Amino acid sequence: MITIQGKGVSTGVAAGPLYFYQRASASLRRYEVDDREAEFARFKEAQAKAIEQLGVLAEKARAEAGDEAAMLFETHQMMCEDMDYEEAIEGFIKESGLNAEAAVTDAGAIQAEAFAAMDDDYFKARAADVKDISGRIVGILSGVVQGGIDSPVPVILASDDLAPSETVQLDKSKILGFVTSGGSGSSHTAILARTMGIPAIIGVGEQLKSEYAGRDVIVDGGTGSVVVDADEDTRARLMTKRAEILKRQELLNQLKGQPNVTKDGQEIRVYCNIGNPEDVHAVLENDGGGIGLFRSEFLYLNCDDYPTEEYQFEAYKRVLSDMGGKEVVIRTLDIGADKMIEYFKLPHEENPALGNRALRICLNRPEIFRTQLRALYRASAYGRLSIMFPMVASVWEVREAKKMCEQVKKELTAEGIPFSDEVDVGIMIETPAAAMISDRLAKEVDFFSIGTNDLTQYTLACDRQNNDLGRFFDAHHPAVLRLIKMACDNAHKEGIWCGICGELGADLELTELFLSIGLDELSVSPRAVLPLRQKVRETQVRTVREKNLADLAGSESRI
Amino acid sequence: MKTFEYTITDPVGIHARPAGLLVKEIKNFAGSAVTITKGEKSVNALKLMALMQMGIKCGDTVKVAVEGGDEETVAAAIEAFFKANL
Repeated sequence: MITIQGKGVSTGVAAGPLYFYQRASASLRRYEVDDREAEFARFKEAQAKAIEQLGVLAEKARAEAGDEAAMLFETHQMMCEDMDYEEAIEGFIKESGLNAEAAVTDAGAIQAEAFAAMDDDYFKARAADVKDISGRIVGILSGVVQGGIDSPVPVILASDDLAPSETVQLDKSKILGFVTSGGSGSSHTAILARTMGIPAIIGVGEQLKSEYAGRDVIVDGGTGSVVVDADEDTRARLMTKRAEILKRQELLNQLKGQPNVTKDGQEIRVYCNIGNPEDVHAVLENDGGGIGLFRSEFLYLNCDDYPTEEYQFEAYKRVLSDMGGKEVVIRTLDIGADKMIEYFKLPHEENPALGNRALRICLNRPEIFRTQLRALYRASAYGRLSIMFPMVASVWEVREAKKMCEQVKKELTAEGIPFSDEVDVGIMIETPAAAMISDRLAKEVDFFSIGTNDLTQYTLACDRQNNDLGRFFDAHHPAVLRLIKMACDNAHKEGIWCGICGELGADLELTELFLSIGLDELSVSPRAVLPLRQKVRETQVRTVREKNLADLAGSESRI
Repeated sequence: MKTFEYTITDPVGIHARPAGLLVKEIKNFAGSAVTITKGEKSVNALKLMALMQMGIKCGDTVKVAVEGGDEETVAAAIEAFFKANL
């Protein structure tokens, strides 16, 4: 048994014979041509053919993986007739008398080098696109037919790094998984593998030996391991894992579109936590009911200076419109403590978790807060926005923040800029103080969302960043759970809703308790939505509520 | 000449997809030359690869200039494109 370790970029477990992708690599011929005009015409013909082929691939990709995948080939079509690229080819043929194959290869190499020299991983990876289109045109010029997989049974496909056109031309019914020696997480092999739900492991390097061809391999996209000639134990273990994954996927897919309702009819909203507008895709994919926590920090972390109102507005607007009228709770700036940003020039603190962070920064530096609030209210015209303030400890803080909201609304009205007048304003409950005075805070806002990570840290006086504290950092601690119940009860007394947006929300061991407490919403990472829905649907609250609440309130500890 | 400035909000910047869409969009206005400038570097916006090689990132401000044709309309259309896609 040989185990090769790479990087898993698409999850799943698959087993089958290893097959090396057969690339038609006719060695490049290089010679001087007599009739340069005719040679250029030959290039133009091949270029047109390449564009036509890519059009076919675009339609195939559209049918298999949607518009996004099709766009890739449409971009390739445009690259084929890129002005600089074509001019270079024309120059090589007409001025130097080079044959079309060599001219295309050289012009492609120049463009590929320019991309490879860029300092951004995404753009670096585009060198592969240029090589791909050049290879295609050269292939057409030299009469090579794009190859497939010549195997009677489905295989684990091995290669250096598959070009996008190669990936899409493959007969999917013949592929169980991918292993590539090169590649990156943003390479097309990885992207397409994920879109199509096939396990993929990249970057195994030299370990991938041609002598393994035809031997039995098992790939695990979750751990990035490739096992050649697995022993019985390993095979059994991985096959069990495979069966579990498939069973789980099937089960979860059945849960899509179903309500989050217990057996006895109690409903709870299951929303998602996201940190980037791109994540909306995952929210919709996993059937999240809304966004319960959109961390706005990414806007600040991605920039070298304070992000402008316009820049923020566009990002918020995009998420709101992409969510199509479903509720989106955007948390205002929450930096400080473990998240530092250079240009804020915050002084060093001995105890950053207890220092100048989140809403405290916003209230101390209203110009930063105002920009964000203006962007938020402007974006509110494009969907269902709720604004949430983090790190509240006192009623006055909330009042001051709300006053700023009112000011911003007045400004926008005066400027004739549209915004929604149905924006809810809520707060995070993440300090013990906020939980203790949640009766008073509930009179000030439209909702509570409990941040359990910080609430645990502050309640237990236990640094969440300090790994040595392990067993002392216990989010199941009754002190934390009692504070959650207190906040929820006080919210309900004032007729507002209360949810959890911390990691604890996805903790299935506590789902019954949260339902017993009567929380209205749980906001979790997109992939946790369906497992949580399943747990909710299996629960009968009536039979467990009394016992759960008595345990929480009682003086006896079960542990 | 009609110009406007725009700050990129797409997290990856002007990557392949929007660059391709942009070239497509500009091809609709045959009578106008569109130039995109970031800092010292300028590029004809029809040149897809050169445009991508500008490495325009999230948060960068670019200047877009339209020359020839119905400059007002073309600039407005391109600005709308930037807002919708970048």
